[in-house]
Amino acid sequence: MAKQTPFFTSISRLYPHVRPILPRLVMGLACALLASVVALAIPQVLRVLINESLKPGGSSRPVWIASLVILGLGIAEAGLVALRRQFVINPATTVEARMRVSLYGHLQDLTVSFHDRWGSGQLLSRAMTDLNFLRRWMAFGAIMLVVTTLTVVIGVVVMFSMSWQLALIFLAAAVPIMVYGFRFRARFSKVTRRSQDLTGDLATTVEESVHGIRVLKAFGRGREALENFNEQAEELRRTEIAKARHLAVFSLVVTLLPELALGAGLVVGVVLAARGELSIGALVAFFATAAVIAAPVEFSGMLLAMAFTAKAALDRHFEVMDSVNTIASPESPRRPAVLKGALSFNHAGFAFEDAPDKPILKDITLDIRPGETMALVGITGSGKSTLLQLVPRLYDVTQGSISIDGVDLRDFSVEDLRGVVAVAFEDTTLFSSSVRDNVLLGAPGSGAAGNGSGGRSAEALEEVLAEALDVAQAHFAYSLPAGVDTLIGEEGLSLSGGQRQRIALARAIAAQPRVLVLDDPLSALDVHTEERVEARLREVLAGTTTLIVAHRPSTVALADRVALLEDGRIAAVGTHARLLAENSHYRHIIASLDRGPRDLDSELSALEAEEISQ
Amino acid sequence: MSSTTFGTANEDNAHLSRSESKTVRRRSLALLGSLIRPVRRRFWLTIAAVVLSQAARVAGPALIAFGIDRALPALRAGDSLPLVLAGVAYLAAALTTAALTALYVTSTAKLSQAMLLDLRVRVFRQTQRLSLEFHEKYTSGRIIARQTSDLEALRELLDSGVSSLASGMLFMVFTAATVLTLDWRSGLLVLAAGVPMYFLARWYQRHSQTAFRESRVVSARLIVHFVETMTGIRAVKAFRRERGNAARYAELSEDYRAAVVRSINLHGVFQPGLVLIGNVCVAVVLLVGGFRVLGGELAVGVLLALILSTKRFFQPVDQMAMFYNSFQSAQAALEKVSGLLEEVPTVRPPQHPVPLREAKGAIDFRAVEFRYGDGPLIIPPLDLHIPAGQRVALVGQTGAGKSTLAKLIARFYDVSGGSLTLDGVDLRQLTTADLRRNVVMVTQEAFLFSGSVADNIALGRPQASREDIEDAARAVGAHGFITELPEGYDTDVNKRGGRVSAGQRQLISFARAFLARPAVLILDEATSSLDLPSERLVQNGLAGLLGSVRGGIHDGAGSGASGNGVSGNGPGVGRTALIIAHRLSTVETADRVLVVHDGRIVEDGTPEQLIGGGGRFARLHGAWKDSLV
Repeated sequence: MAKQTPFFTSISRLYPHVRPILPRLVMGLACALLASVVALAIPQVLRVLINESLKPGGSSRPVWIASLVILGLGIAEAGLVALRRQFVINPATTVEARMRVSLYGHLQDLTVSFHDRWGSGQLLSRAMTDLNFLRRWMAFGAIMLVVTTLTVVIGVVVMFSMSWQLALIFLAAAVPIMVYGFRFRARFSKVTRRSQDLTGDLATTVEESVHGIRVLKAFGRGREALENFNEQAEELRRTEIAKARHLAVFSLVVTLLPELALGAGLVVGVVLAARGELSIGALVAFFATAAVIAAPVEFSGMLLAMAFTAKAALDRHFEVMDSVNTIASPESPRRPAVLKGALSFNHAGFAFEDAPDKPILKDITLDIRPGETMALVGITGSGKSTLLQLVPRLYDVTQGSISIDGVDLRDFSVEDLRGVVAVAFEDTTLFSSSVRDNVLLGAPGSGAAGNGSGGRSAEALEEVLAEALDVAQAHFAYSLPAGVDTLIGEEGLSLSGGQRQRIALARAIAAQPRVLVLDDPLSALDVHTEERVEARLREVLAGTTTLIVAHRPSTVALADRVALLEDGRIAAVGTHARLLAENSHYRHIIASLDRGPRDLDSELSALEAEEISQ
Repeated sequence: MSSTTFGTANEDNAHLSRSESKTVRRRSLALLGSLIRPVRRRFWLTIAAVVLSQAARVAGPALIAFGIDRALPALRAGDSLPLVLAGVAYLAAALTTAALTALYVTSTAKLSQAMLLDLRVRVFRQTQRLSLEFHEKYTSGRIIARQTSDLEALRELLDSGVSSLASGMLFMVFTAATVLTLDWRSGLLVLAAGVPMYFLARWYQRHSQTAFRESRVVSARLIVHFVETMTGIRAVKAFRRERGNAARYAELSEDYRAAVVRSINLHGVFQPGLVLIGNVCVAVVLLVGGFRVLGGELAVGVLLALILSTKRFFQPVDQMAMFYNSFQSAQAALEKVSGLLEEVPTVRPPQHPVPLREAKGAIDFRAVEFRYGDGPLIIPPLDLHIPAGQRVALVGQTGAGKSTLAKLIARFYDVSGGSLTLDGVDLRQLTTADLRRNVVMVTQEAFLFSGSVADNIALGRPQASREDIEDAARAVGAHGFITELPEGYDTDVNKRGGRVSAGQRQLISFARAFLARPAVLILDEATSSLDLPSERLVQNGLAGLLGSVRGGIHDGAGSGASGNGVSGNGPGVGRTALIIAHRLSTVETADRVLVVHDGRIVEDGTPEQLIGGGGRFARLHGAWKDSLV
């Protein structure tokens, strides 16, 4: 349960967003007030006009005048309503859109560890539902709250001017309402926050159930998923009803107490009038005024509920906005004078924030020379993927440092660093876009990379695309329905695992980085394709510093040297042949034929491999 | 029915032709009706509470009038009884009003929440029911949009609309009756105001319909983009997609804003327009009535009453406009939701299922053909018999059709021609429960749901005990790393250092399949992310699983059914396995290898036969040998 902040503390955080439109909000408020005044005035004006100037046999002039006055007031009322909307609503949507875009921007900046913890449904509910609600509150709820309060205050003052005794009785009712109001606030705020959080969780569940649809179908677990969803939705329903109950009780109080006060006022007033201490006219006027302010008082339950919900929505918004992006560019970023691509790990260590006592990587010291290809080998869970993600700073080291050409990664501007380093992950994410856009995503000079170095000519990019697709053996792209312009990704054509992996590899190659980080990029390829990719990849890797996670001897063959990762530490570094000869753990991992003595053939291959690497 | 608007096919189009628009509107209203039907008693109860509380409200002023007109003179005359009566009655009225108000607030919430829950579950069930073919083109973002922002629109309608509509209508009927009885001519004038109001409402309906449809389409787009960014955040960051994305999102966000503003502006004309018509009507009644007063046909007092009543008549119009606005918005949203609900799964459960409790695992393709929709033939007519217990490896190049064959056996898709049977029963005649108990497919993407590691494994067999779960994990070699997680099997996969690597995810998903113990196990590149030792562990585990007799000692939870299994299968028959792998280490252990090319089976035999035959497999095997060490 998130901790509760005072109402005004939360609401005041809206101020910077609202400031530019504040004048318009005030104008809107004025219109709303004027419109109510006009609406209230019309009956009074009518009374006067009709009683004073209309008599049988009189002239027709007063009829015309009266009608025109009423028509004028009527037009004014409608005009003010329209004006209020015009003043308020459009700017409120601007505030909403701006807050939404800044939330999105901030989310994109926040670290991967933040996103590990937060489901995208939960984030979505903050970007859509909460901000929608906030807009409506700004444009309607907040203004009505002010109008209502003013109406009640003015009404009470008027009542005092008529009869202080009766007004005091009426005011006495306000005390328990206020007291109860505090309780209502405490309870309602808690429940409304909970219901908003549940809404977000429900969206996360929906998202997972769709992303995991294959697993659910493969195991026929639709029913279990539905039960789980149903349970969550049911809890949301219960919370919403609990919310309504709090509101109902508060509505009961704000409806009942003023009415009770008026009932008491009726008895007292009649007694007073009977004693001659109060005129009948004043008594009538008092109740007429009471009738006017009773409605806004009753309405206050609803308005307060809206205000508390808006407050919770704001809290949820700022909960995300206040999360600090720990991986940001330094104030004065540095960059090596000449970028060669020497990647070195100096006693680097890493542990997830929430499990600092269980480091994933410990004391990694490793130097990769410019242009060298280093394979990273280790059993599942030894920390290979985590190590790779440290290089583009998707996570930051928690100990030691990593540097490129002697410059600490944290001294680079993040954008620059991610231009220098390109990655291809094992789980390939393709965006809903054309093959071309997906491949050229990080390519220098393409608009998509947005690095401001000016667009390269279309032909040059076309060449990069062709080359990257060729290296990754992704020629299939040309035979897709619309060739390289075919829409792929979630919104488009679905590709097979092997096809996706090749596009992702092409993307990393097209980025033409100094440092290339590849996480088992060939795992989904068949043997023939793998062989062809490797042959071409070798040329590309020649000038690029590469760190590549390998599970297969065939992938290792791409590398100049191999680093063996064991339990989060570098256990050994050397050529494939040397490790094969000297390190039993390495043999265990990489040699698939560990049964029986190794035959002459593999000895020969090992020798060959050694020759190649030297 | 026009096919262009059926289901979700045309949901991005906000500008529909007249007949299309009619079709989707009808569909949307039918959905709304079907949501109200189960809760109609509460619906009427809510409305009754609203109406009665309004009536009790009216009693207040009447009692005040009674107090001043009757009780006051009576008190002066020394009779306090009328005053006491008035006081008590006022108290009673206040209590009734307050209680009824509280009742309708709760009742409205119960009503709207019951309907929302119903719809949420319906949409969820539908998305689970729909075939993969559908999910491949309808993105998760869209489904989330349907489940969130579209339902939100319905919620707004339900929370605000119903009570205001009911009380407003009633109020107008009463006031109109009052005006008519006072003076029928003025009454007619008031009713005549209905004509321009009707046209204004028509105008508003026509335009807002398009505007709301647009805002639905645009908001879905906004949500799709948002979800895509957040789920792919690693790639976004790694390739510096942030700026391009931010620009795109700002653009979509602005589109959404514009769509919202458009609908709001329409309402901004509609609502003041109604107020204006009402006010003009008051002026006209005054003008006409005034002349009649001048002519002596109408008393001044009556005119005053008429004007005030007329003015009051139009008061609820504001609320009605608001209701109509939410109604239009909800209707547009329900058009989309009902479209999703209308989609028919291409893979449907049978009408008259053939029970198959414990299958042996014999699979037969008889003249099976397959194509996506009306696309080209992907699998040309195919006949194939896989006896129960055989371990079959499918090899071939990427895109050769291996996965398609696997998906047909798992009935992710239905065959386009011929028949595919399990133990002689067509897959299309098996209930989902029977099919999924007997056939399980493990794919390359090992998806983990939020929850603990144990929960994720238990997905294979929800009623499994903790020991069963741990045994399964042990069998595939996942037990070791799981116990090292901060909270072991109870570690949340999204929290507390529980983030697991791709290989670990595959191990967990293997344990899942192991726990399920199906008659037919399909592995589609399911070991691709594993290192060799882990792969060997999995293979050993797999060998154990495949070799073990169904209903044997491992099947602890099997109870009575396991007994049947033993007698049905006979001793010594293992599970049928279909393995797709490009690692020939996996293939070597198979009983039989099928080489697939262009959807056809071009080679079929034991690994030894094929290696000796000098065909594709032999070449593949050679290449693989070369790739090792």
